[in-house]
Amino acid sequence: MDRPARILLRLATIAVLLFIYAPLALVIVYAFNRSGTSAWPPAGLTLNWFADAAANTGLRQALLTSIAAALGATSIALVLGTLASLAVARHRFFGRETISFVVIFPIALPGIVTGMALSTTFATTDLPLGLFAIIVGHATFSIVLVYNNVIARLRRAARSLEEASSDLGADSWQTFRYITFPTIRTALLAGGLLAFALSFDEVIVTLFTAGGLKTLPIWIFESFRLARQVSLVNVAGLVAILLSVIPVYIASRLTQDTGGVTGAKG
Amino acid sequence: MRRLAGWLDRHSRARLAMLLAAPMGWLVVAYLGSLALLFLNAFWSRDAFTGLVVRQFTPDNFIEIFTNPLYRNVTLRTIGMAVVVTLTCAVIAFPIAYYMARVASPRTKGLLAVAVVMPLWASYLVKAYTWRLILSNDGVLNWLLNPLGLRGPGLGESVVGLWLVFTYLWLPYMILPLYAGLERIPTSLLEASADLGGRSWTTFRRVIFPLVVPALVAGSIFTFSLTLGDYIAPSLITTTQFIGNLIYLNFGVPDLPFAAALSLVPLVIVVLYLLVARRLGAFEAL
Repeated sequence: MDRPARILLRLATIAVLLFIYAPLALVIVYAFNRSGTSAWPPAGLTLNWFADAAANTGLRQALLTSIAAALGATSIALVLGTLASLAVARHRFFGRETISFVVIFPIALPGIVTGMALSTTFATTDLPLGLFAIIVGHATFSIVLVYNNVIARLRRAARSLEEASSDLGADSWQTFRYITFPTIRTALLAGGLLAFALSFDEVIVTLFTAGGLKTLPIWIFESFRLARQVSLVNVAGLVAILLSVIPVYIASRLTQDTGGVTGAKG
Repeated sequence: MRRLAGWLDRHSRARLAMLLAAPMGWLVVAYLGSLALLFLNAFWSRDAFTGLVVRQFTPDNFIEIFTNPLYRNVTLRTIGMAVVVTLTCAVIAFPIAYYMARVASPRTKGLLAVAVVMPLWASYLVKAYTWRLILSNDGVLNWLLNPLGLRGPGLGESVVGLWLVFTYLWLPYMILPLYAGLERIPTSLLEASADLGGRSWTTFRRVIFPLVVPALVAGSIFTFSLTLGDYIAPSLITTTQFIGNLIYLNFGVPDLPFAAALSLVPLVIVVLYLLVARRLGAFEAL
């Protein structure tokens, strides 16, 4: 490729990165903005809003609810995602191709459809909305994250180790415990971190299943209308971004070889 | 435990059944079951006096959706927005994806991939909300445009701001498959095109573009489907309504049967889109 084209492409790349990162940088600036309004430029910097946010019981409660929901959904996704990936990677059976499709389905359909489907189901069966409903929803679309990470690892790992293990007399539990599990451990951790990050941030499905319960994103969504809450929302936003980006960054370090983080997420 | 494990060793089908029972049970019962109930609910109705759901078959919801011009207009507006956002994302994503795939050094490539992925995971709501701050009257955009004598689209009826926000939110979903697709093109094909006298533009039009179509369509599944089902960003950025807003509005009434019927509209559109995408080879490029 000729030189001018290279330079143009490089400039375009820098422009796109600026477009992507400038708004995120603003989140940080606004969290420290003294004026507590949306007015630009900021009136000066302050740490006050962090103290206010820490003292706000509604916000603290929402943060705890989000963490509880994310931990619940992650645990379920870890178990179900691992089981499904072991079945697909280590067995041949009719309908095997369908599994990958069914697993990805909840994340491929618009979130509003998933949200409506879950909330009509809870209404029709007279089950109460709330934390349990949130966890069911989040677990459903998080399975694919664990599944994708673990299956990528299983496909790369040599099967001969597992075969050697059973040839030497180990039963299937021992083989899983001493061979398979150590192989997929970091993939599990990465999948779990991604599931946590996705669940922690989710708002589209959550609003349909929360039934009045407030997760951190719901608290932010409901508070942005209240003018005097702007500064608190900005701090909560920064916390929300950090608590999702940090797990994803760790996950990306854990799966550098398989590119698990760059896979589908919706 | 040991005896069960021993028995499972001898019965590989039973082992498979135990592996599949929980995840497939969950997905079929919790997810496909929910979709089935959603479908069923769409044919029920809500008693106007008691507000309770009447569990009797009626096509009234769909008659209302198909005959009331409000729903047609909103549906067309939403589809239009999804198409425009998808095209915009494709145009913006192409140069950076091309740079990542074919120009950057391996080290830069890795860094850029992480730089594109991380924001994709950063809180969706916070990103949408930040655009509310950027677009507000006294926000950053007007502060930047003021010296030029211009004004931003604001947070009123205009959907230009929302177009910008959707493009921002879904851009990484387009860059990543496009990058992967461009990376798969063998360099020899580009060299052959150049050897045969193809200029850059000809090579792009006749070689690169046709080969990268599946990746483009794969990315468009995300940009299209995510725009179609969003109600948070529209409610933050504009007063104009999209299909998601109407669904959420009816969910809040609560008129679950009508909300269920309405939510079948984006569902059907996305399923049709997925079928077309599969024909174009997008699933292999995911």
